[in-house]
Amino acid sequence: MTKIAVIDYGMGNLHSVSKALDEVSDKEKILVTSDPELIKSSDKIVLPGVGAIKGCLQAFSGELRNEVVEQIKNKPTLAICVGMQMLLENSEENGGVKCLNVLDGKVVKIPASEDIKIPHMGWNKVKFLSDHFLWNNIPDCSFFYFVHSYCCLSSSDAISETNHGNSFISSLGKENIFSVQFHPEKSQDLGLQLYKNFLDWRI
Amino acid sequence: MTVAKRVIPCLDVNKGRVVKGVNFLNIKDAGDPVEISRRYDEQGADEITMLDITASNETREITYKTLESIAGQVFIPLTVGGGIRNIEDIKRLLRSGADKVSINTAAIENPDFIKEASDKFGSQCIVVAVDAKSKDNTCSSWEVVTYGGRQRTGIDVIEWVSKVKEFGAGEILLTSMDRDGTKEGFDNKLTKAVSSSVPLPVIASGGAGNLQHLVDGIKEGGAEAVLAASIFHYFEYTIQEAKQTLRESGLEIRI
Repeated sequence: MTKIAVIDYGMGNLHSVSKALDEVSDKEKILVTSDPELIKSSDKIVLPGVGAIKGCLQAFSGELRNEVVEQIKNKPTLAICVGMQMLLENSEENGGVKCLNVLDGKVVKIPASEDIKIPHMGWNKVKFLSDHFLWNNIPDCSFFYFVHSYCCLSSSDAISETNHGNSFISSLGKENIFSVQFHPEKSQDLGLQLYKNFLDWRI
Repeated sequence: MTVAKRVIPCLDVNKGRVVKGVNFLNIKDAGDPVEISRRYDEQGADEITMLDITASNETREITYKTLESIAGQVFIPLTVGGGIRNIEDIKRLLRSGADKVSINTAAIENPDFIKEASDKFGSQCIVVAVDAKSKDNTCSSWEVVTYGGRQRTGIDVIEWVSKVKEFGAGEILLTSMDRDGTKEGFDNKLTKAVSSSVPLPVIASGGAGNLQHLVDGIKEGGAEAVLAASIFHYFEYTIQEAKQTLRESGLEIRI
């Protein structure tokens, strides 16, 4: 049985991520876990995250972090929101923090402009920059649910972009890693479709 | 292109049932919250807000159960408010499936609570609910009120929202207590005064009686989202109709 490890490092609404995966899983087992052994024996990794990045990085530490970093080198991995941001080089949030440097790009405060509100909160269009298996059955420029104040403005690993005053990178990845700034678990049918695609993804 | 304006149906929940009354009077039963949430989700609601209007210790357990049940079936953002007093309350609600919590009285009594909560859980999940009432008849200044509008606080609404922003709130749920339950439309002057004074998203609430009111709340009030209860509960309009009307008025809407 395929095992999906949803990494529990004590931050964020894991309930909704695991519920959404449960909703679309057929024979996969969804494990919400912080146990390095279980993570090691899982087939795929989901790395969620909400809140402030410093708190997330502090909580995501020690043996747990080492094991996850090791496993995401080759296992299909989906990172969400701050989970995605943690995979980049660094973030300006909380006075500046170093991140895991797995994907190309930096996290910066969403540039202020007169006609936008921050946090960027609500449904916005995701414009594909490249094809990906995880976009199966999802039309280009579909709405997904966002809630964040920091973003990545450019990356050589960009997969989609979204506009909120300025364009920013709404998903990025390479090889076995796919990561999104938005919340598929809160994006109704198309969000569930993305999780379904992740479960079906073979590398 | 930017973020779409949102339509948020609100469920006032009392002991596990959706109810509707004007200023907490003449409360009528409007159905089962889980069933209603599913209906709104199918109709394309952008989020759902659930307010526990009694929020006593005994009814709190029912709220957690209701929330878990909604969160297991509806995959859109859920905001929960009513009687949130401390970090433990928030933790429990988030664990039960809430994405955001709406804090009202506790924020006024202790503004540091907003800071504590947003530091711990992130600004994105801390909504501060502001109940506002006109100070005089000029309709140009408003005061924060509590207990369904019965208690005045003497706090100016504009000063208060700037302060809650500084303390880390991520969104303002702004209810006009002059309009709540009247169906005369949102107090757009109030909404405009607030939305133009803080960079946070503002949800307009209190007074929606028809679909044009929703358009006005966004266009005249500058709201990022509109919240309504009774126009949706009693099948006067569907969420779909509301969003269609908003889109036809030229607004960016997810349909």
